[in-house]
Amino acid sequence: MSEPNNRRPYRVLGTTPLREDGVEKVMGQARFADDVFLPRMLHAAVVRSPHAHAKIRKISTHKATAMPGVFAVLTGSDFPTLEPTILSHSDASTTDDLKDISENCMARDRVLYDGHVVAAVAALSRHVAQQAAEAIDVEYEILAPILDIEEALNEETPALHEDFTPGQFVLQTKKASANASGFEMNIGEDQDAFSTAEVVVEKRYRTRCVHQGYIEPHAVTVQWGSDGIMTVWTCTQGHFAIREQLSIVLQHPLSKIKVIPTEVGGGFGGKDLIYVEPAAALLAKKTGCPVKMVMSRAETLRGTGPSPGAVINVRLASDKKGTLLAADLELLYEAGAYPGGPVGSAGLAATSRYKISNQTIRGVEVLLNKPKMKQYRAPGGVPVNFAVESTIDILASKVGIDPLDFRLKNAMAEGDRMVTGLPCPKIGGRELLEAVRDHSHYRTPLSGPRQGRGMAYALWFGAGKTSSVSMTVHGDGSVLLNVGTPDLSGTRLTLSMQAAEVLGIDVAEVSARVLDTDSIAFSYKTVASRTTHSTGIAVYQAANNALREMARRAAVYWDIEESSVAITRGSFSDLGNPSRCLSFFELAKLLEKLGGPITVYGNASPGSNGCQLAAHLVDVEVEVDTGKINLLRYTAFQDAGNAIHPDYVSGQMQGGAAQGVGWALNEAYFYSEDGKLLNTSLLDYRMPTAVDLPDIETVILETPNPNHPFGVRGVGEVPIMPPAGAIANALYNAAGIRMTELPMSPGTVLEKIKENID
Amino acid sequence: MARNHVTTTINGDPVEFLCDTEQTLLDVLRDELHLTGSKEGCASGDCGACSVTMDGRLVCACLVLAVETQGAEVETIEGMADGDRLHPLQQKFLDHAALQCGVCTPGFLVAAKSLLERNPDPTESEVRYWLAGNLCRCTGYDKIVRAVLDTAAEMRE
Ligand code: FES
Ligand code: FES
Repeated sequence: MSEPNNRRPYRVLGTTPLREDGVEKVMGQARFADDVFLPRMLHAAVVRSPHAHAKIRKISTHKATAMPGVFAVLTGSDFPTLEPTILSHSDASTTDDLKDISENCMARDRVLYDGHVVAAVAALSRHVAQQAAEAIDVEYEILAPILDIEEALNEETPALHEDFTPGQFVLQTKKASANASGFEMNIGEDQDAFSTAEVVVEKRYRTRCVHQGYIEPHAVTVQWGSDGIMTVWTCTQGHFAIREQLSIVLQHPLSKIKVIPTEVGGGFGGKDLIYVEPAAALLAKKTGCPVKMVMSRAETLRGTGPSPGAVINVRLASDKKGTLLAADLELLYEAGAYPGGPVGSAGLAATSRYKISNQTIRGVEVLLNKPKMKQYRAPGGVPVNFAVESTIDILASKVGIDPLDFRLKNAMAEGDRMVTGLPCPKIGGRELLEAVRDHSHYRTPLSGPRQGRGMAYALWFGAGKTSSVSMTVHGDGSVLLNVGTPDLSGTRLTLSMQAAEVLGIDVAEVSARVLDTDSIAFSYKTVASRTTHSTGIAVYQAANNALREMARRAAVYWDIEESSVAITRGSFSDLGNPSRCLSFFELAKLLEKLGGPITVYGNASPGSNGCQLAAHLVDVEVEVDTGKINLLRYTAFQDAGNAIHPDYVSGQMQGGAAQGVGWALNEAYFYSEDGKLLNTSLLDYRMPTAVDLPDIETVILETPNPNHPFGVRGVGEVPIMPPAGAIANALYNAAGIRMTELPMSPGTVLEKIKENID
Repeated sequence: MARNHVTTTINGDPVEFLCDTEQTLLDVLRDELHLTGSKEGCASGDCGACSVTMDGRLVCACLVLAVETQGAEVETIEGMADGDRLHPLQQKFLDHAALQCGVCTPGFLVAAKSLLERNPDPTESEVRYWLAGNLCRCTGYDKIVRAVLDTAAEMRE
């Protein structure tokens, strides 16, 4: 890993201390959701539909109820009936219609995808619960499923829902046809840009559903007290989001729901929505016992996640010198059984790293009989980045310019107009592409036949949103930092580091916790690369508040005006008598006499987290007999704004790249003709292993984000975007074949190689 | 249904438990003995999160029936540190930031320990192949591989 250049005045930021929660994790003591055990706890299991689309005629539960060890059975009729409910406040964690979410948790009169939950049962053990679930008889009337985008858009295809609330994730869509809703963005006035341009390329791309693939399946334990207070332990990216959803779906007051976030075994956008939580809650209410529900891997694959498959049409125009003139994109994304997939965020990120004065981007999301599509790291960004970055390479070669030079020539810079119409904020796009050009990887010749090098470039927006923290300075000088954003990857440490930087103390003196929904003020989810950035701003505020309060106490101690206390790097001095000076630690020890420990708060709602930029460079080798693509060398470049903990930044870059490589080469949902998911195990849903990946070298650049006190940008999402395009471009350079579908698995590549020979 | 009585050794301690025949070693470790360091990511032998050793052999606890451990010596992640003293692999995983969410970490540590016991000087490719039975979705494996190679180098000194 190349270290970011250390031109900065920081003491703690940019170093690589060890995380406080690490020891528990390497010892196997950290408590994840499935590690919760309560006295008298029951285990629940659910019945899932084996059909992609069917009416529920009848559910017979008597056999299950009669089994020894079975305590309660639940069906859709036990759920409150909701009217369409959209939360409109700006901090709503859920942009979906909560009526849809409720029905997604348990079907009422119809099942809409293979794996849709139909009933649930609570029993003495997981095994008994599963047996009882199998004993529940569901009579279905099978309906024709809608399984692909074109079919759903066909006018003859019946509507999946009589009516629906159009999706509004990131962008509001409008109902466009029986099974679709969409949006359109336009900039530029030149209607003739395409007809007068010297070079035009048009290409259609197709990708399939891919799962987030977190290693920890969903798990929840719920206790419903006789006082009506519901306590929920779950692994989630947003415990406030879970509380909000449970409150509406179960029609239970927010004040009577306490969600305790456990450690989270990965989320990547897939763990902020309720699935089995309401059923576990209702079973806990029915039985008076705590109820635990843990999904199997097959349930996780069938019933949660995935990220939508897509059909994308890209048309780009440039002049013969290689200046991009116009873009026209159509993004057709699967929504799954309910609206609200990530087509809006895909549209925003489609071209936003290039300066193109005339653009039309149409996004459409399509309802069909698959699970409700979910966000997955840079939601919607991978398919469209693959499509656009492939087309850019085609265009560059038509013009006769090196693809890197083409990207540099057209790179968006501060002040350029984005597709939203807004000016581009300060970004280091050119610097990033120049770093690729100047890197030894780019300059080292390839070493053999059937090898090729390719690159792709990406920008992602992320989000700001609300974060709340509290901070206590104890009388022994140690500092407790409480936050409301779950920690998926080490953010307790990156937040402690920012606190320590401000307070002028050692990071080891700061201990950070993620508190439950009762114990800290509202915080938006850990999503959109926002925690180190946005919660970081709240931490910065709290730490400054703590310093101010300590200065006030020092003034009392010295009996001087507050304004006469100077604060420098963790020490306090009397401006009128500079020989009087107290270190943070010394002053903390006096707090007991000066009013006791100090507790302060921080609350931030930034509008964005600065754009994230990444460029990936990859060398591949193709096995022409099998179609297998081997990755020989991989370098990821990214602008982190300010790499608070460089190892964690490079870890995000490597992890994102690995997921992107899986998406590019192996991962996909396979459905039978009647809509059953065929690959429901991790053997058949194949994610990259250690042998599938090379070392992933990382290069971190730092163009400070002007909207964060330390210049931090979001980091987590963008690295998943470039791998597919980079590999596709490298493959073209290696073997002269242009893949327009993901995954580029050996079979599909081999077919293309054969086509090429014929 | 009569439960089975099993006598075994876990992390050096004699342990007795009752289990149903269909319960796996992972079920018993987690649900009966509350040794929850071994994780369930798949229950089908595909993710390695439940890695333990049985009589010195690296196995997936989700593929072993609990009754099979009668008389066996089982080692889990909970037995890896010596009291508070971390095993060198555990320390190196921390030093190299080889964990993000940490749910795969116990499995990787148990598997890596078993590799180093057999092969104290593995090549990078040997490490990658040995760990191919363990899935990590967060890290891209790079830092995990480096942590294992670094531990091996240090332990050889
Ligand atoms: S849980 Fe045993 S291998 Fe995945
Ligand atoms: S650290 Fe999360 S799965 Fe490996």
